[in-house]
Amino acid sequence: MTAAIVTFPGSNRERDMVMALTRAFGKAPALVWHRDTELPKVDLIVIPGGFAYGDYLRAGAMAAQSPIMRAVADRAQQGVLVLGVCNGFQVLTEARLLPGALMRNAGLKFVCREVHLRVERADTPFTQGYRKGEIFKCPVAHHDGNYFADSETLARIEGEGQVAFRYCSPQGDLGAAFTPNGSINDIAGVYNDKGNVLGLMPHPEDATEKLLGGLGGAPLFAGLAEALAGAPA
Amino acid sequence: MSEITPPITPSVVAEHGLSTEEYAKILEILGRAPNRTELGVFSVMWSEHCSYKSSKKWLKTLPTSAPWVICGPGENAGVIDIGEGLACIFKMESHNHPSFIEPYQGAATGVGGILRDVFTMGARPIANMNALRFGSPDNAKTKHLVAGVVAGIGGYGNCVGVPTVGGECNFHASYDGNILVNAMTVGIAATDKIFYSAAAGIGNPVVYVGSKTGRDGIHGATMASAEFNADSEEKRPTVQVGDPFTEKLLIEACLELMATDCIVAIQDMGAAGLTSSSFEMASKGGMGVELDLDQVPARESGMTAYEFLLSESQERMLMVLKPGSEDVARAIFDKWELDFAVIGHLTDSGRMVIKMKGAVEADLPIDPLALASPEYDRPWEKTPTQGTIDPASVPHSGGILATLQTLLATPDLASKRWIWEQYDHLVMGDTVIRPGGDAALVRVRDTKRALAMTTDCTPRYCLADPVMGGRQAVAETWRNICAVGARPLAITDNMNFGNPTNPRIMGQFVGAIEGIREACLALDYPVVSGNVSLYNETAGSAILPTPAIGGVGLMDDYTKAVGVAWRDGDSLVLLGATKGHLGQSIYLREIAGREDGAPPPVDLALERITGELVRELVAGGHVSACHDISDGGLLVALAEMALAANIGADIMNKAGDVPLHAWAFGEDQGRYIVAASRANTVLELAAKRGIPANLIGRTGGILLTLKGERVLLDDLRESHEGWLPDYMAVA
Repeated sequence: MTAAIVTFPGSNRERDMVMALTRAFGKAPALVWHRDTELPKVDLIVIPGGFAYGDYLRAGAMAAQSPIMRAVADRAQQGVLVLGVCNGFQVLTEARLLPGALMRNAGLKFVCREVHLRVERADTPFTQGYRKGEIFKCPVAHHDGNYFADSETLARIEGEGQVAFRYCSPQGDLGAAFTPNGSINDIAGVYNDKGNVLGLMPHPEDATEKLLGGLGGAPLFAGLAEALAGAPA
Repeated sequence: MSEITPPITPSVVAEHGLSTEEYAKILEILGRAPNRTELGVFSVMWSEHCSYKSSKKWLKTLPTSAPWVICGPGENAGVIDIGEGLACIFKMESHNHPSFIEPYQGAATGVGGILRDVFTMGARPIANMNALRFGSPDNAKTKHLVAGVVAGIGGYGNCVGVPTVGGECNFHASYDGNILVNAMTVGIAATDKIFYSAAAGIGNPVVYVGSKTGRDGIHGATMASAEFNADSEEKRPTVQVGDPFTEKLLIEACLELMATDCIVAIQDMGAAGLTSSSFEMASKGGMGVELDLDQVPARESGMTAYEFLLSESQERMLMVLKPGSEDVARAIFDKWELDFAVIGHLTDSGRMVIKMKGAVEADLPIDPLALASPEYDRPWEKTPTQGTIDPASVPHSGGILATLQTLLATPDLASKRWIWEQYDHLVMGDTVIRPGGDAALVRVRDTKRALAMTTDCTPRYCLADPVMGGRQAVAETWRNICAVGARPLAITDNMNFGNPTNPRIMGQFVGAIEGIREACLALDYPVVSGNVSLYNETAGSAILPTPAIGGVGLMDDYTKAVGVAWRDGDSLVLLGATKGHLGQSIYLREIAGREDGAPPPVDLALERITGELVRELVAGGHVSACHDISDGGLLVALAEMALAANIGADIMNKAGDVPLHAWAFGEDQGRYIVAASRANTVLELAAKRGIPANLIGRTGGILLTLKGERVLLDDLRESHEGWLPDYMAVA
């Protein structure tokens, strides 16, 4: 199993992602620069957090137009797993690889805090390390994480099981008090229609060490490693 | 000269912030009258901000060496050895004046500037901190300034991807017209890859990298060296505009270039921009320099030599490269899409020669200008001492725990979560201890080591007794670092004071330096970098003297560190002596309505052995939590621990002869609370070192109880967490 992290000028959580992937996969992922037009042959492509191109214009908007994103779209089309975290999620929605959009937080401020997430389904390569309905703790750190989709899209992604995670209370209750950014239906992460592309605002990569914020995000990476274990190296 | 410039009249000299005597010195150095560009250069180089002319004499008295100090003050930042071939590079710097005029950009560029000071030396920044002081919450401007400064610090630090892991924030009416924004950056470098600013090698190319130069920030350093008056709003154009995205690229490009062997010397363009950076580099290396301003990347057309030299446009660096390495360097900056231009070369003339469109715009001797800058021994008055307040003379009414709840909702003691949740304190994935405790702890990547860091100062103590206040500021950083289990190594000092030409203010400065000096010596805890911000006055009214101290310590094994959250069923031991000192306490100010008395004395010898005991307790795994006792006293510290753990405690009254309210809220120094499953071990180890230690309670439940009084943690939390969000929410 192999992974690549796509970096743009302004990416800044690729180091965190390298640590989490290395820990789970037993080897370091490849780093691919945005000007490259080709991706190495890998089983997992990750778009990390940060402020690609300074998030000028709109978060993720310019990165979505960069050369490497055409290669990412091709691979996604072929069924390769793609994970976008935080700014990576914004890039994937701007690139139309995921439905919906991420708007400015309802509180209008950047928010860095721990939240609880509810796993909506556990039958995907990204979530097979969790149980359905499992609640885990993990941080968010963003200014534009307010997920929105029009009513038709929302009905579709809810109906097709494309919601990956929802913000919730430690007990799993939903409600505005537990959602840090005003996201519609408390959505923290979504899949594409084929389920091989996942975007989420929270940072599971920053919750993979017991002494540094706990292990809430670890099953995501462990599950991916297990799902890809059969894949050629 | 290429332009006809108006003659240098006394009013032009005054506008440039230079005194008649200083102008006479310029005439003597040059042997002629300067042109306007040259006058501009003198004005920034000899500004208080760049020259430290009022403070130099006293700063020289600070201890700056220790076996682990690699580089003390004088470079862009201080450098200490942290083992395994690694160095920690850090500094704190003020951006007070700009932040008052334009809070978002002022604070943002303060963060940008201090980051550059650290990565200029070869370090990857791993953490930011900040020390903020605002005016009274009742002042109409305060809310706007808090919102802007916090958003600016977050906006910059979050984008560059360096975690902002801690800091402090106070409110006091003395800051109504002059807020303080002190930003600190901590970075890590290899000890054999540290970069300095001394230029060397005749003919070597001088290279400009980063953003283009515009007209922003001209005379920022001069503005920062004067009092505010009614016209200060008009100084908005002197505030720079930051671009954290470019800074992020600049960090990556510089670190990539530093991994090669191309750089001879490097210096960021901070205050006084191109002028200051080129002068300092040439001066330190005993070189001359010739620059061609036509080669400087410009953001706008028609800029004059004066503007190029004095612009404080952000995100720019100046380097001297080894000959023939320009192509390697250029390729790296091309990759990061940053400007790269050879703008001159080093000479052996000892002069700075500035050319533009073929004409000489300035021709100045470097050594006299940079090294012979004014140094003043300003008259000063010792601050009169105040009497110690007898705790029994301060009346108390009502319940102790009700008072605690009131205190927890006062501006200085209320939770600052509203602030630090706007800072990404987790990016880079190495934050072991997050904001809200004592020191923050950040792991050194790929090792078991971690750096503890904190910023502290108690300005009300400094006003009452600058020497004791200076001592206390250093001691509190020491205590915060020891409380997590780390060994304090060195400090950076950010001296914020009023107008030094006032002997009373100068006396505060001299006193604080003396206190810092005593503490550094007693604790083996040298000053390795620092910054001075004077003239924090508006219409003759000065800020509280605020020598903010940033401390850094080393933890050999981060897995052994402890935070402030205790465990259920722990015993609580109070280390240090409690005499109930109420003078200058938060209790006295907020409950009794008085701001007087002597501040609590700091016994440095006792401070040292108590800190050593705490480190021994943490290293030995004898304690599950530890918190130092500072603002608000014992009960406030206990409440903070209980809230962090969400576990209550039954507190035993061990006041003895001390009135209960003074025992509860007195601010005696040198004290910690530790939580342990086996209190006897703690008591024995304390006794061995002769340190007072008392069992004062046991943890558990959802209440704090004391002498028949009780309060729900949830109620305390509501008070503690509620104040700042409620304050900021009201339009």
